[in-house]
Amino acid sequence: MTVVRISDDALAIACGADNLACAFAEAGCEVERVSSWGMHWLEPLAEIDGQGWGPLVPGDVASVLDGSSDKGVGTIADHPFIAGQQRLTFSRAGKTRPLSLEDYAATGGWAGLNRARSMAPEAVVEEVITSGLRGRGGAGFPAGIKWRTVLEAAGECKYIVCNADEGDSGTFADRMLMEGDPFALIEGMAIAAYATGASKGFIYVRSEYLHAIAKLESALALVQALVLPFEIEVRVGAGAYVCGEETSLLNSLEGRRGEVRAKPPLPALEGLFGCPTVVNNVLTLAAVPHILTEGGAAAYAAVGHGRSKGTMPIQLAGNVKHGGLFEVPFGMSLRELVEQVGGGTASGRPVKAVQVGGPLGAYIHPRDFDLPFDYEAYAERGALIGHGGITVFDDSADMGRQAQFAMEFCAAESCGKCTPCRIGAVRGAELIERIRRGGSRAVDAVETLPQMHNAPKQQRSREDNVALLEDLCETMRDASLCALGGFTPFPVLSALRQWPEDFE
Amino acid sequence: MSDQERIAGIVAEHEGREGPLLPLLRDIQAELGCVSAEAEAQVAQALNLSRAEVHGVASFYHDFTERPDPRPCVEICRAEACQARGVEALMQAARDAAGDRVRLADVYCLGLCSVGPNAKLDDAVHARLDAAGLVSLIESA
Ligand SMILES: Cc1cc2nc3c(=O)[nH]c(=O)nc-3n(C[C@H](O)[C@H](O)[C@H](O)COP(=O)(O)O)c2cc1C
Ligand code: SF4
Ligand code: FES
Repeated sequence: MTVVRISDDALAIACGADNLACAFAEAGCEVERVSSWGMHWLEPLAEIDGQGWGPLVPGDVASVLDGSSDKGVGTIADHPFIAGQQRLTFSRAGKTRPLSLEDYAATGGWAGLNRARSMAPEAVVEEVITSGLRGRGGAGFPAGIKWRTVLEAAGECKYIVCNADEGDSGTFADRMLMEGDPFALIEGMAIAAYATGASKGFIYVRSEYLHAIAKLESALALVQALVLPFEIEVRVGAGAYVCGEETSLLNSLEGRRGEVRAKPPLPALEGLFGCPTVVNNVLTLAAVPHILTEGGAAAYAAVGHGRSKGTMPIQLAGNVKHGGLFEVPFGMSLRELVEQVGGGTASGRPVKAVQVGGPLGAYIHPRDFDLPFDYEAYAERGALIGHGGITVFDDSADMGRQAQFAMEFCAAESCGKCTPCRIGAVRGAELIERIRRGGSRAVDAVETLPQMHNAPKQQRSREDNVALLEDLCETMRDASLCALGGFTPFPVLSALRQWPEDFE
Repeated sequence: MSDQERIAGIVAEHEGREGPLLPLLRDIQAELGCVSAEAEAQVAQALNLSRAEVHGVASFYHDFTERPDPRPCVEICRAEACQARGVEALMQAARDAAGDRVRLADVYCLGLCSVGPNAKLDDAVHARLDAAGLVSLIESA
């Protein structure tokens, strides 16, 4: 019987994979639901004997089976989008059934955990340090150093918290990993637990990710016994972007408002319920099983760029022709990523800007596309890699509107703990609106009082308003407690400086 | 069963959990369609918290509402990657199709950012929506 492989990833389903699977089954095929290859423009993609067809609708089934379909893409593994990658974290993508223990074991599953358990915890931590693995959630902090802090911390009870809040627009790698290879995340968490002496783990998933939540629950039911005495529980968020910030996430897990905590104390020393806690992103933890295999740490450290070691699962999103998941060693330029890999815009119009790193990331102009994908290189340019999402905009984008949206998003999602963000974002959104309307606001009664020495006595001009916006951004950047308020100036100022005409 | 009994049942299910408040409120929202002031008071009593504490938590998160809204709800992603793929141009048609019968809610990213505009109805996600697709989704709600 013909075996047809179709993804059961939420994205494939949203594009019609379930109906397609039914149609193949009705045509007498055996359908295997596998993880997604990450070539999203081809979803739903059907694979028969290594050959791919996509994007398909149920009406295409007959022509695929009789060989007359013109939607064939050839051998999937040789497709330039796949062949151009070096998949370590996503090595199973497209190849295994997400909840098959057989498939997992046959593709090297549990090798990292078994080897880790034969070593001393200190040695496991040492290997993670050697690998150079840095946190994939945004800040890029060395994972091994964090683990060592927790290992050395005194505490009866320690926790591993997996940050699966993935709130950034333009990112979906955490979701794809949780849905496509949930055992890898569980294995990574179990290794972290063994290395640090933690007994309990939480996976905090955003409430929007229903498919991922269901997959994780099923996966845990299958393998919880294999990772004992370590126990893992899935917790679902409640719709707050800021709960992706690690201390806010911990408060949320404890059943509090998701307000950011001041650091110190570091979560590694006083985290969940006051206990030493590792908080790591999904991709950070999922990279660990590979690193802990024989020679894995050195192999990981051998690829990459500068101090950004290893591979990054980059997410090509927005108005891009070939969107999807592209895992490569650090160092690739935006030009290659957007133009060669991504194939330019989906609309066929010229690229105007890309936003890298989610809603807090800077907008980058095509003239700066030589920038190599590297934490330090981005930081130097006042940009950030964040979670590795690249959102492409074509020339119809209004960058003034995008800047205003950044402020509005910050205002809506601010946790309210500190003033620059709580008030600044609201004022920032108003100010951008005013600049864009070309208007100025009438001087109000309070401003004219004699004791208001610093308030302007006549209407502010457009230039005054722009200067005020820059000043506000500086205050938010320098005085906010966390990166929500602190980084919102990145998209705002990058838009203002590079596309001033969009603010007129 | 009265609301009170249902809440008592939910509270009992979460007994012994570490940090039970958020999962508890999620279940109440799912079961009763809202987290009302009465529900907050009952939860506060059961967990030995003040009503202010429980209200502080319930009001912090976007997923909890004070009153139920029985209308079907279509959640439309309005975040950057879907903006870049043209979601804003669909909104007027969406509002016209929804009228008062269907509630439209904004979400900020469904994690399908390469195939937007995207929307969610009940537990199902829909991608590559154009105006006609979004309107028929709303009409089917
Ligand atoms: C506003 C805000 C939102 C964040 N959202 C996420 C998120 O969704 N997922 C994530 O892993 N990290 C997020 N982070 C970063 C976390 O605070 C933290 O650095 C990370 O979870 C640490 O894990 P890592 O070292 O493995 O990256 C966010 C930070 C801020 C300030
Ligand atoms: S910057 Fe914003 S989100 Fe962060 S702590 Fe301050 S108020 Fe909260
Ligand atoms: S931005 Fe719409 S799904 Fe991510």
